[in-house]
Amino acid sequence: MYMTDRPRADAAAAGQGASLRRNGVRSRPRGVRSRVGTPVGSTVVLLGLVSLLTDVSSEAVSAVLPLYLTAVLGLSPLAFGFVDGLYQGVSAVVRILGGWLSDRADRPKWVAFAGYGLSAVTKVALLAAQGLGAVTAVITVDRLGKGLRTAPRDALIAASTPTATLGRAFGMHRALDTTGAAIGPLLAFSILWLVPGDYSAVFVASLAAAVMGLAVLLLLVPDLRPRRDRMTTAATATSAAAAAPAAAPAAAPTPPSLRLLRQGRFGRLMLAAAVLGVLTISDGFLYLSLARRDDLAATWFPLLFVGTNVAYLALAVPLGRLSDRWGRARVLVGGHLLLVGAYLCAAGPVGGLPATLACLFLLGAFYAATDGVLAAFTATLVPPEVRASGIATTQTVVAAARFASSVGFGSLWLWLGRGPAVYAVAAALVVAVPLAWWLLRGVERPTPGLASAAMRPRDVGDTGAGA
Amino acid sequence: MSARARLVALVVVCLLALGGTAAYVLVARDGQREAAAAAPALPAVSVASLQDEPRIVFRNAAIGPDYGKVAMVPLSDPGGPRAVTGQSCDRVFATSTRTLCLGSDGGAGTTWRATVTTRGEASPRRLPLTGTPSRARLSRDGSHAATTTFVAGDSYTATGFSTRTVITTLADGSGSDLEDFRLVHRGRTVRPADRNFWGVTFAADGDTFYVTASFGKQNWLARGSLSRRTLTTLRADAECPSLSPDGTHVAYKKRQDRRAGDWRVAVLDLASGRETVLPGGRSVDDQVEWLDDRQLVYGLPGDGSRAAETNVWVVAADGTSQPRVLIEKAWSPAVVR
Repeated sequence: MYMTDRPRADAAAAGQGASLRRNGVRSRPRGVRSRVGTPVGSTVVLLGLVSLLTDVSSEAVSAVLPLYLTAVLGLSPLAFGFVDGLYQGVSAVVRILGGWLSDRADRPKWVAFAGYGLSAVTKVALLAAQGLGAVTAVITVDRLGKGLRTAPRDALIAASTPTATLGRAFGMHRALDTTGAAIGPLLAFSILWLVPGDYSAVFVASLAAAVMGLAVLLLLVPDLRPRRDRMTTAATATSAAAAAPAAAPAAAPTPPSLRLLRQGRFGRLMLAAAVLGVLTISDGFLYLSLARRDDLAATWFPLLFVGTNVAYLALAVPLGRLSDRWGRARVLVGGHLLLVGAYLCAAGPVGGLPATLACLFLLGAFYAATDGVLAAFTATLVPPEVRASGIATTQTVVAAARFASSVGFGSLWLWLGRGPAVYAVAAALVVAVPLAWWLLRGVERPTPGLASAAMRPRDVGDTGAGA
Repeated sequence: MSARARLVALVVVCLLALGGTAAYVLVARDGQREAAAAAPALPAVSVASLQDEPRIVFRNAAIGPDYGKVAMVPLSDPGGPRAVTGQSCDRVFATSTRTLCLGSDGGAGTTWRATVTTRGEASPRRLPLTGTPSRARLSRDGSHAATTTFVAGDSYTATGFSTRTVITTLADGSGSDLEDFRLVHRGRTVRPADRNFWGVTFAADGDTFYVTASFGKQNWLARGSLSRRTLTTLRADAECPSLSPDGTHVAYKKRQDRRAGDWRVAVLDLASGRETVLPGGRSVDDQVEWLDDRQLVYGLPGDGSRAAETNVWVVAADGTSQPRVLIEKAWSPAVVR
């Protein structure tokens, strides 16, 4: 059964890929720390709303696509599996492009707008698409749009949020995003209940949600210019040197160089993300493992991801806050211990409801501890000029590591069998967690430049959000 | 643009989007109701009038409110009026007393169900089902049910697909996953990790069955025994077997040297081992069913944009005739004799 994990896997990969960033918490003065109690900035909520509406739009289509392809277009399940595969790979390549364009033009809002707009246009095309070729083309363009918008969107979140509350801001965004993913299928099937078999009505509703998301982005989200703001700040600061992060020489008038990413701490973060990513078994495999063990999980197989999403939704903000207080590296690496727990629940010989629910809960908690936190971590680690590129790079590293993981784990499953294969990866992850911790220890060490950067009133954008 | 103007613009866009969608859905709903009212009454008869005579049970594929519902026509007049039941299935099979239905339901995620309805019993029985319905069969006496599904999860790497085939003994509800059976290939017990099974057909003895066994990139016709829990490969390149009512022939789909997913129907004489590939230019992706001991029926997609309106075709099992449409707008035929 093809499609089942696509939506959630995709959402997970997108979230997971977010950038890691150096944590300025411990170096932050007390006055800034107190901001942890303030509400999340309006820009973050607006971007969350944009993502929510866009996810309603895309997940409504994803939910009915298998039925539409097989029942209306008459394609076989295998052809659908092919379309499903496209969903996975397409966006990774354009993600880097989106990040680079965003940094180069210093216009993250408009690059994100192009990405959201591209996906909205595909909903119109879907109304006219006939046959596998057309549907495949439309879905490919939709994924291109997703790839394009992710990094600039995360850069906007970072630019509108003080460093001290980045973890919570990303957590809030991911929670809203996941809410949309849950509403989409319900909306789609409600419409099919009203007008049985009328898939174009679902596509019209999907288009409406996409257009509303686009309108919120266009009309309410401020056009933040991270590089220009930074130059202004630098110019007005008593000491320009103090305002510049360690890796960036004082505000450059030229487009940013990606060489800014070539610094040791960012490299260590990517290495840690890759090591952990390679040992992250895809949700699909874990669900399959649960379904193989007992008929209960098998019967509810398609709904397993809903359980994971509920836990993710509930924990994204609390764990994001925890990362703001405790340090992002600690929560990020520690989150993988939750994943080890999920593996043990999935691989153990005892099935039944408690083990299945524990696995789903731990998996959702793992995503909540790593997904937005990784984005927050990256955002603190790279200079604002190349933030979108940095976020895109980490996301792509994680996506590539996860793909390698899928290929490798598929072979391991065939070779060792279900339980032993999961146990083997769990054991490797137990070894990798201290390794990642060691890699990130140096990254977390506060540096004066970043501490100053963290103090800058970056939430200026928030107050102007409604303007 | 002032903040106020932006908010007004946003409200206008949202009202247009929501209002437009609501209007579209309501107009579509009215259109469906009018079409249903205006359509000439389908040549339909009551289920009660057919359920005691020899019949063909199938999935109705006429676009409309009854799309996907189980329907039946008399065996004596397959092109005649159909009786439509209220049950929705993606795949259906029936004996004189039982109906096996594999279906899917939308919601927060699409779920699947397998139910066995027995005449004289008030409520249907639910069987566990993992994955998208693919094949369904009951043994002739209705004592065993076999389901095949496409399983999700390992499609991640797009290296192929995985199937799950379960045979359930309906008397006690116990199920057997065929991957747990002993597999004998060329006289030796083998345990290939990449084995998959699909498309069960039962013999009349209540123990023997045939199924497709796939491993090492090749598909085999295999014979199984429920009591001994074994599977023995017989012949390469034979998928979705179907045993003739007299038990002398097995029909299956065959790829030969065509591209993947392009099959023709072939019939094997079990006694002589002679195989006949049947005429017909279109690929058949179905588990064929025997109309009688000499003719086969199977489903094919409709033409062009009406692919979802599948038709059931009939062809002589000895290869002496071209296939022709037997039941329009139908799928998943099961012959109840």
